[in-house]
Amino acid sequence: MSKTNKRPKIQIKNLDFYYSDFKALKNVNLDILENKVTAFIGPSGCGKSTLLRTMNRINDLIEGTRIEGKVLLDDEDIYQDNYNVTTLRTRVGMVFQKPNPFPMSIYENIAYGPKLNGIKHKSQLDEIVEQSLRSAALWGEVKDILQSNALSLSGGQQQRLCISRALAVSPEVLLMDEPTSALDPISTLKIEDLIAELKKDYTIAIVTHNMQQGARVSDKTAFFLLGEVIEFDDTDTIFSNPSNPKTEEYITGKYS
Amino acid sequence: MLAYFCNFKDLNMRKTKKYEPLVELIFRISSVMTIVAVGFIVLFIISKGVQPFLSSNKEGTYSFVKFISGLEWRPNDDINKAQYGILYMIVGSLFATGGAIILGVPISIFAAGYLSELANEKVKKIAKAGIMLLAGIPSVIYGVFGLGFIVPKIKEISPMPQGQSLLAVIIVLTMMILPTMIVIAENAIASVPSAYRNASYALGASKVYTTIHVIIPAARRGILVGVILGVGRAIGEAMAVVLIAGNVSGGIPTSLFEPIRPLTANVVLEMSYATGLHSEMLFATGSILMLFIIGINLVLSRIIKRMGKY
Repeated sequence: MSKTNKRPKIQIKNLDFYYSDFKALKNVNLDILENKVTAFIGPSGCGKSTLLRTMNRINDLIEGTRIEGKVLLDDEDIYQDNYNVTTLRTRVGMVFQKPNPFPMSIYENIAYGPKLNGIKHKSQLDEIVEQSLRSAALWGEVKDILQSNALSLSGGQQQRLCISRALAVSPEVLLMDEPTSALDPISTLKIEDLIAELKKDYTIAIVTHNMQQGARVSDKTAFFLLGEVIEFDDTDTIFSNPSNPKTEEYITGKYS
Repeated sequence: MLAYFCNFKDLNMRKTKKYEPLVELIFRISSVMTIVAVGFIVLFIISKGVQPFLSSNKEGTYSFVKFISGLEWRPNDDINKAQYGILYMIVGSLFATGGAIILGVPISIFAAGYLSELANEKVKKIAKAGIMLLAGIPSVIYGVFGLGFIVPKIKEISPMPQGQSLLAVIIVLTMMILPTMIVIAENAIASVPSAYRNASYALGASKVYTTIHVIIPAARRGILVGVILGVGRAIGEAMAVVLIAGNVSGGIPTSLFEPIRPLTANVVLEMSYATGLHSEMLFATGSILMLFIIGINLVLSRIIKRMGKY
């Protein structure tokens, strides 16, 4: 994987997004750089999750949604006709706000994606499961209980399991939608450390409500307000020297 | 302000004090009545059902072993030569119920999965109305339909001279248990958290793949509850099956085309005119039927319990 820091992995161009008649995103232009962590911050309902969810087209499943503009993954428009959404979703993985492991064993949870992609050999699956759990820093805790139900894990472990599950299909991009909002502070720190580790191999976009988290984990930050990107810049700049007064108001806690 | 709240609380308490015992009593009476009714039925049927096997019985005695292992039911012969064997009926009832479950469970799971996950609102509405209608049809109508339509069709392909058969019973019972099983399975599937769906879609799975690999397994507990009700209805059904089973006087069925005599049919057919020992043997048949239903229920609910919450 190339380490060129300026290469955009995903480009969002003139994106408008509608839930039926409601325009949730207005003319968004944004580049998600390869091997960087890009954070989306802003008050509730500002469109940051919506934008995240356009990047793996999981919004398609909500009836009445409509999109105008382009989302390019490696310069290819993912909204073009006949685009293979299954392939897209293996290339762009997602971790949700609430940990959502399947009600199956830990092993089965991780093997789910690879099996879906046609991998059947036990030895191959074993290896993927171990690799994915190691990448999410969970292997040590669960290696002896792989056959236990995933729902018996703690919330933080469940979320790391969900990250492993997303990693098991070897994605290039990882979308994280407030991945720690349902977790305790210690689990949150573990996930944040993990994000720092993962960006070596993956491109990450993360929605967060927690501004300190945004400041801690991300390289770039986009501030959203009412469906618009108000400011998009290096995280350091956004938090120390924002150019838009609205950004500053948010950072200093005037909304939320 | 505080005084106001206290006052309000007092008022509430007084109201509660007055009505709560009365309401609780109504609840208690209602539940106790149900239990008492079940208890009475079980006690009455079994106490009448054991009579023929007691040597003190004034209507005559019949060997329990011959009853439970017998392959012939000939009550109308000379009293000393009468045969009251029900093993072949037990086998017939179990075959019919098992067949209906084997046929009905996959159909109901697929139908429920389709209705809950894949069908659009319009199809869902129409299908649900149809299922409700199916559930509301009286069982005798199912029997008449079976006799008028399914039995002649079976006769066309059957090596036997008549269409009344195990197969006819299985088909009609399947139709009868489907509505309940579909409705219950559909509720179970619909209540699977949507977080599981999102997780699966986000990994690239289609709706169909997700339904088969995540949603239905996650709903299996609820689906099994539907199966229990289906088994109960199938094994206990009398009116419909009596018209299409053939009700032979003996013999264990060895093929789907052979007629059977379900336990329920035995009781329905003869209870109105039976007297003496014959009548008591019918109560004994009813007791066995009841024991089977209780037993199957216990086993299945044990399985559900063992499956744990997930």
